[in-house]
Amino acid sequence: MDLRYSESEEAFRAGLRSWLAEVLPTLPDKPSNLDWPGRRDYDTTWQRMLFDAGYAGIDWPVEGGGRGASPVEQLIYLEELERAHAPYVGVNFVGLLHAGPTVIVEGTPEQRARFLPPILRGDEVWCQGFSEPGAGSDLASLRTRAERDGDEYVVTGQKIWTSHAEVADFCELLVRTGPEDSRHRGITWLILPMDRPGIDFRPLRTIAGSTEFGELFLDGVRVPVANRLGDENDGWRVTMTTLSFERGTAFVGEVLQSMELLRGLRSVARSTGAWDDASVRRRVGHLGAELDALWALARRNVSQAARTGVPGIGGSVYKLALSELRQRIADLGMDLAGQAGLVFGELPGVAGGSGGTNGADGADRSVGNLEIVSTWVHSFSRTIAAGTSQIQRNIIAERILGLPKG
Amino acid sequence: MDFELSDDEVALADGMRRLCAGRFPLDRVRGAEGRRVAIDASGWSELADAGVFSLRLPEDAGGLGLGTAATAVVFEELGRALVPGPILATHLAAGLVEGAADGKVMVGAVLRPGAVSARSGRRPAPVVIEHLGSLGALVVVGDDGLAVLDPATLDAVAVERSLDPLTPLWRVDHLPAGEPVGGPDDTASWRRDASVLGGALLVGLAAATVDLAVAYAKERQQFGKPIGSFQAVKHLCADMLVRAEVARAAVHAAAVTIDQPDVGDAVRAAAGAGLLAVEAAIANGKSCIQVHGGMGFTWEVPAHLYLMRARVLAGALEGTDALAELVAERY
Repeated sequence: MDLRYSESEEAFRAGLRSWLAEVLPTLPDKPSNLDWPGRRDYDTTWQRMLFDAGYAGIDWPVEGGGRGASPVEQLIYLEELERAHAPYVGVNFVGLLHAGPTVIVEGTPEQRARFLPPILRGDEVWCQGFSEPGAGSDLASLRTRAERDGDEYVVTGQKIWTSHAEVADFCELLVRTGPEDSRHRGITWLILPMDRPGIDFRPLRTIAGSTEFGELFLDGVRVPVANRLGDENDGWRVTMTTLSFERGTAFVGEVLQSMELLRGLRSVARSTGAWDDASVRRRVGHLGAELDALWALARRNVSQAARTGVPGIGGSVYKLALSELRQRIADLGMDLAGQAGLVFGELPGVAGGSGGTNGADGADRSVGNLEIVSTWVHSFSRTIAAGTSQIQRNIIAERILGLPKG
Repeated sequence: MDFELSDDEVALADGMRRLCAGRFPLDRVRGAEGRRVAIDASGWSELADAGVFSLRLPEDAGGLGLGTAATAVVFEELGRALVPGPILATHLAAGLVEGAADGKVMVGAVLRPGAVSARSGRRPAPVVIEHLGSLGALVVVGDDGLAVLDPATLDAVAVERSLDPLTPLWRVDHLPAGEPVGGPDDTASWRRDASVLGGALLVGLAAATVDLAVAYAKERQQFGKPIGSFQAVKHLCADMLVRAEVARAAVHAAAVTIDQPDVGDAVRAAAGAGLLAVEAAIANGKSCIQVHGGMGFTWEVPAHLYLMRARVLAGALEGTDALAELVAERY
């Protein structure tokens, strides 16, 4: 076991760090969360900067136009971006982390040439049409129907939890092409151009009051057969190949961001006097120990991926532990805020930390009331999105521990 | 950066697992239940021959010159096999107490009452000493330093029955000062290393209970199916694995941080690792009993032994509250 980085890994880090220091101050102001066109501009501008500097598609293979970085370099990349407070992947998430990798493995040469470069350059944005009102954790029960009509599919149905659909150019879409009860065997993966007639999008309001995702209604939408990835009825396998890209780096930024948040909450506790309460200090220490452990687990998963090509069993364990831990950190914030936590907004002087700079290593950064409240409300999505905690436990029990399916 | 076990570390763990399977199978270990001697001299010298007490001692001092990480993977196996005796204290005393490293002297340890209570807020407890009848030396860990006592000079009363039937206890009312063998820095190192290597033993316990519970959940049938096919049981088992793996990563990272001080704060890492390992072993011990249902409450099923040992090992650490505060201060 060795936690020291090699010379070439350190060189990669140093190059990235100095580039970030140079370009981050040139970024425009971040748009409001409600301004989707503004968010698209901001996120794709950032993606273009990454592309020009050779950091776009850090985890994509060179054949796909990516950087082909090693798993350890991917980890360093995420670590440095988080520490520098670089923009989040944002609207480029589906293209860079899901649809793009799937096209790399399953796409024809024409599809790869058409769709991959614009994702890397930030020219085109993708969204995801997988889940349905009746197909959540049980994705294989999806019912959105695609009927073949000449060299087109005619798609009718409804998708849900689709993020940034209003600013997306394409949607990675799973449709039913087999018989109704064909489950995994009757699903096809389509690339849906979002400018087609028959597409309607209705945003859903979250418990945070925001509109981060919504429902996608498809009524006789025509999709060229040339936009099919893989064979008809082979879409389930196509979808699963995306997982083969995972190198144990999913949610890595989140653990580092949570460490910084925890230091910020400690700063809040010190400024309010709550730090004099031993039970508060112990809570902070306990949460800190868990975050340190998950950071260790992330490095273990990445190391395993570097050797075997797959992150192994660690992914579900890490995801489950982190999402539940994140909720407990958010709970601490609300407990420290007290009555101020009832205000969904800034409340100057009440829960602001006394902290120093901008959250560089070891320095406490200030955490305002809005961040505390918003973090708490958003924390409830963590144990639901990307596989609920209950589904994660089933996966761990069945695939890792070998317990029989119920 | 490669945080997987190296080939050498895997070989060390395999070797210790084989030694435990051959020399310390559970039915043989259980033969000492309730006895005043939990591990005999030949068993102890086999552990010594395998390097358990001298792993980290420099080669010129007769040790193997290995790091804390290599030692942690060995200790995990000792924990998994429930090998009894003052393994942690004797290992930590190697180099401090003559004869510890080569297994000639079994060394125990006791935290001086009051040394920890100031930080943890715990009540001063009566002084209870593990394995006293077998000890050749006793290390007293105090805030101001380490001292060594001759166990024969203590006015000790054997405790009739101990919580862990494989950890015989003695009670003393007065703990003399002893011969100083180290200052506050040595106490700090002792505590740090006890957190990590005690943590490794605890992770071994936590992992063993996962295996035990899962094996039972696959085999035990109710309502015409293995109970492990029910989600309520599955989720208990999944949570056990998560606790064990998270604590294991923490213990390994802390051990590596002791060996490679540039990569982080070893004191914070050690405290966090000890904290999570204690909690994992205790929570998993409880869950293991629960998964076994009524059988888990019987003496025959060994689930309780892992839980009780976890309590014993927790006592070698500073207490979870103190460990948590240490992490908080240094975060």
